[in-house]
Amino acid sequence: MAVRPEKQRQAEGMADLQGMSFEEALAELEGIVGRLEAGKGSLEEAIRAYERGDALRRHCAAKLAEAQAKVSRIVETGGTASGTEPLDTDA
Amino acid sequence: MQETAPPGHNLPEFAVSELAAAIRRTLEGEFGRIRVRGEITELKRYPSGHVYLALKDENAKLAAVIWKSAVPRLGLAPENGVEVIATGRLTTYADRSTYQLQIERLEYAGEGALLARIEALRKTLAAEGLFDSARKRPLPRIPRVIGIVTSPRGAVIRDILHRLADRFPREVLVWPVAVQGQGAAEQIAAAIRGFNALPEDGTIPRPDLLIVARGGGSLEDLMAFNDEAVVRAAASSAIPLISAVGHETDTTLIDFAADLRAPTPTAAAELAVPVRVDLVRHLDQLRARASSAIARIVNERRLRLERAARAIPDLPTLIAAGQQRLDDRAARLDTAIGTLLAARRHALDRIAARLPHPRETIAARRAALELVSQRLQDRIGRVLAAAEARLGALAPRLDSVSYQSVLARGFALVTDQAGHAVTSARAVTPGKRLGLRFADGEARAIGEGTAPRRGVPRPEPEQERFL
Repeated sequence: MAVRPEKQRQAEGMADLQGMSFEEALAELEGIVGRLEAGKGSLEEAIRAYERGDALRRHCAAKLAEAQAKVSRIVETGGTASGTEPLDTDA
Repeated sequence: MQETAPPGHNLPEFAVSELAAAIRRTLEGEFGRIRVRGEITELKRYPSGHVYLALKDENAKLAAVIWKSAVPRLGLAPENGVEVIATGRLTTYADRSTYQLQIERLEYAGEGALLARIEALRKTLAAEGLFDSARKRPLPRIPRVIGIVTSPRGAVIRDILHRLADRFPREVLVWPVAVQGQGAAEQIAAAIRGFNALPEDGTIPRPDLLIVARGGGSLEDLMAFNDEAVVRAAASSAIPLISAVGHETDTTLIDFAADLRAPTPTAAAELAVPVRVDLVRHLDQLRARASSAIARIVNERRLRLERAARAIPDLPTLIAAGQQRLDDRAARLDTAIGTLLAARRHALDRIAARLPHPRETIAARRAALELVSQRLQDRIGRVLAAAEARLGALAPRLDSVSYQSVLARGFALVTDQAGHAVTSARAVTPGKRLGLRFADGEARAIGEGTAPRRGVPRPEPEQERFL
């Protein structure tokens, strides 16, 4: 198989993942792992699947990493949200 | 109730308006603010905003009015056939000598009535398909932004936020609403619609999951979540929605319309987000499984390769063997031609040895020829000798008949210069040179006469004569 630069390959692998939801990526990753464990297909396919799976895993990990709590309340003007402000639940 | 005139004597006289005022005072003084239970009937909404209706039971009917100013604070929307408890003041309408109840507040008359009403609405909405399972949208496994419609204060929002933070901290937008009482239903419905109306790329992040929550309470406290507008807003929400109203045993109509019903607000937070550390662990497991799987695949291929490689004969050895055979054949080829030539030469020699040399053949033939020629000569010699002998025998006899003997007897043979016999006298022309052969030799003679210019030589006749 053609050897491409690692960076380029990662960029290709990640490009189509940008819009992918966590569950889509996770489902595909689970499918890839299952197929890898079944050991079917050619070696080249297996390696490609592994690389794809690694990109999916990094995508999922990135999604998990963006875990930050930010709590705001809607400021309403005439039934529509016009802005937000910090929420104080104790007031 | 009349305290005035004693019976049968001096009845007091009232002006109509005086009586009306007196009755009004009496009624209002005696009853003041009252609660009346009855079924709504003859409901009419006027353009002025006032609402007229009647409350009835089996035996009686009471006219009632809801002034426009009281409508927003009623507590429920009046409908014909609904049994309610109306709170208000009893007053008179002097123009028509009637009395009526000025309603300030309406409540459903007891849980039974309330439940019956809820059930009726549930059936209506279900018939519309609002609760169909096909309408349920899947929740995002990890919502990006969670919109919460609830009271901004109190245990409910705090419980939800705490549980979210424990499991998977997310961005949360709270749309503050009243969760019970006047206007609660409208606010809740407006909040659900308001979240859905947020643009995808606006300054306010659009939630991808909604939670509509309220803590426990009486059936009436939860009535806003049985409101048709709220249920319809929840059913038509494009954003997946979790309802979490009251305690586990409480069921409100929004639960049917929601994509998922959480038994409590805390449970809603648990349904909304997974436990992050669980996912991290799951990802790690997947990574490990993928790694070992690919390692196994590669290793298995390597083993197969090695097995296959072992089956391939050693190429240098193979080549060397081939080279050796080639050398051997080449050597045999080199010698083979020599051997072949030698063998052929040997065969040739053998044949050549048997092949007589031409010289010998010639010599042999010559010897034979000489032999034959010798015999031939011998034979010839003998023939010649025989012939000579016969000749010898014949010679005397020949002599006896030859002209020689004639010559000896005195005749001569005349010849011309060429030696030919001249047999005619006419051939002897004058001057002609003649030869005269005698038995013992020759003499010369010339014809008589002069030059033989004319006349015919006539030696022949003379010769003839001579003969």
